[in-house]
Amino acid sequence: MKTIMEFENISKAYGDVAALKQVNLQIFEGEVFSLLGPNGSGKTTLLRIMAGIETLTSGEMHFDGAKVDESNINDVRLKTTMVFQKTALFSTSVYKNIAYGLRLRGHSKKEIDQKIKEVLKTVKLEGYEKRSAKKLSGGEQQRVALARALALDTQVLLLDEPTANVDPKNVSIIEDALSWVNKENKTTMVIATHNMFQAETLTNRIALLLGGRIAQIGTPQEILRGPSINLASFARLENVFSGNSKILQEGTSVIEVDDEVEIEAALRKAGKVTVFVRPEDIILSKKTIASSARNGFKGKIVEISDFGPVVKLRVNARKEFVVQITKRSFVEMQLNVGSTVFLTFKASSVHLV
Amino acid sequence: MHFGLGNEIIDGLIKALQLIFSGNPTLAEISIRSILVSSSAVMLSALWGLPIATLLGLKRFPGRFLVKGFFNAMLGIPTVALGLILYLFFSNASPIGFLRLLYSPTAMIIGQAILITPIAVSFITSAIESVDPEIKDLAKTLGASETEASIAVLKESMNGIVLALTASFNRAIAELGVVLMVGGNIAGFTSVLTTTIALETNKGEIALAIALAIILLLIVSALTITVNLIQRHKT
Repeated sequence: MKTIMEFENISKAYGDVAALKQVNLQIFEGEVFSLLGPNGSGKTTLLRIMAGIETLTSGEMHFDGAKVDESNINDVRLKTTMVFQKTALFSTSVYKNIAYGLRLRGHSKKEIDQKIKEVLKTVKLEGYEKRSAKKLSGGEQQRVALARALALDTQVLLLDEPTANVDPKNVSIIEDALSWVNKENKTTMVIATHNMFQAETLTNRIALLLGGRIAQIGTPQEILRGPSINLASFARLENVFSGNSKILQEGTSVIEVDDEVEIEAALRKAGKVTVFVRPEDIILSKKTIASSARNGFKGKIVEISDFGPVVKLRVNARKEFVVQITKRSFVEMQLNVGSTVFLTFKASSVHLV
Repeated sequence: MHFGLGNEIIDGLIKALQLIFSGNPTLAEISIRSILVSSSAVMLSALWGLPIATLLGLKRFPGRFLVKGFFNAMLGIPTVALGLILYLFFSNASPIGFLRLLYSPTAMIIGQAILITPIAVSFITSAIESVDPEIKDLAKTLGASETEASIAVLKESMNGIVLALTASFNRAIAELGVVLMVGGNIAGFTSVLTTTIALETNKGEIALAIALAIILLLIVSALTITVNLIQRHKT
């Protein structure tokens, strides 16, 4: 497989703070590669270096076989493009936003019109050309940013948490567009994410970044399915529980996290296990709900964090859980710190670390 | 006395309106000269102010803070003091005296341009600094070179730049001290709205002074309203 980008012992420091330490990495042509790691692990810095907008403190970067330096950094910028986590748009129409990069590449008006029509269809925003980009909803804005990047047909597409701040409907549109583009155009993609599920479903290979270093590189199966101390240290931030597991007759297991908390998981493993539940897999309600889900807990909200379209709630239900719900649900349910809530999740939402 | 003054004002106002609506040639000539002098001054100040503001807004260099501080401090420069310095600079005794700039529209343009440069530089710098810092990176990730990315930032701050230049024009056209000292208020040559208002008021020609003041206010308000309307329409 041909290597499109290669990094040899690269480090990046901002003053005394080291953002990346001795990173060695190869990105292959046509692959979807994800940089998985918690906030502050160096994902964005690495993406910015790949995009040619950040210089290295030490080490070497190669693009398409050539060493990247001041003399050819503009070529790298023309062959790559990046979609930022915080949507950045020019204060103009959707059309002009997408046309910007195409004009820099010398495309004709006819080609630009055609391309814009195509990419807006890919992100399901047909007919949005004349709309003011900044007046669109958050999810639509991120789709415009993605369309603008897709229009350029670059060799490499860099995405920084492309779905972190958008609601579920927009997430699926963005993920579908990314899968389609990789399949159709064989575009190499590097996605920075802290969403393990996204890393698993969208990508061919994953690099686990911890504290500015690459802790592990491998296929999603190798990283996410196998036992990994590194992954546990990353995932420990949210809903990670350890306990003694017993296999039930039905085929599932019950994990005794402590004297009071038991979690039922759709896995067959006895003995000491560590599991995690994704915050978005937990259903939150104000009353108990009858459902097929095997796990239910009653608790009180202890902390509310607003992430734009989604809200993360820290709930004390004997053990502490982090639950992610949409802003709309949050507002409609009139939740506050101290509100009593019920948490429900399926046994199949419990994953082994 | 009080009653008399009130009468005088009303009388002056009526005569002023008659002067305006009759298309008085002196009035027209002074107004046009004012607009030409001040718009030339704005263009001249933009010529050097825009590159300075772009540098201050986009680049981080040693001493940047001091340069910014200098222009901010110059916002409050007493116009008479600046007028005096320029008077000496343009006078026959100075090294450039042979250019015979004193008491010419050129001297007034240069004087106003220097006076409004701090306004243009400070406001344009703020406008550029208020643009999302990610815009420059965004332009680069879309393939822009360093210069093209800087142009993208300037385009984003265009509303602020236009407002800064509008404020500069309003300051220039309403200015008296510098134009009086380096222009001399020569009728038919260097007299502008402000200098004529001052002169006519001293002479007791209240009607003409009021007419000129109304025109000055109209020019300033019309420009500000037009700029606001265009910007509102664009966003």
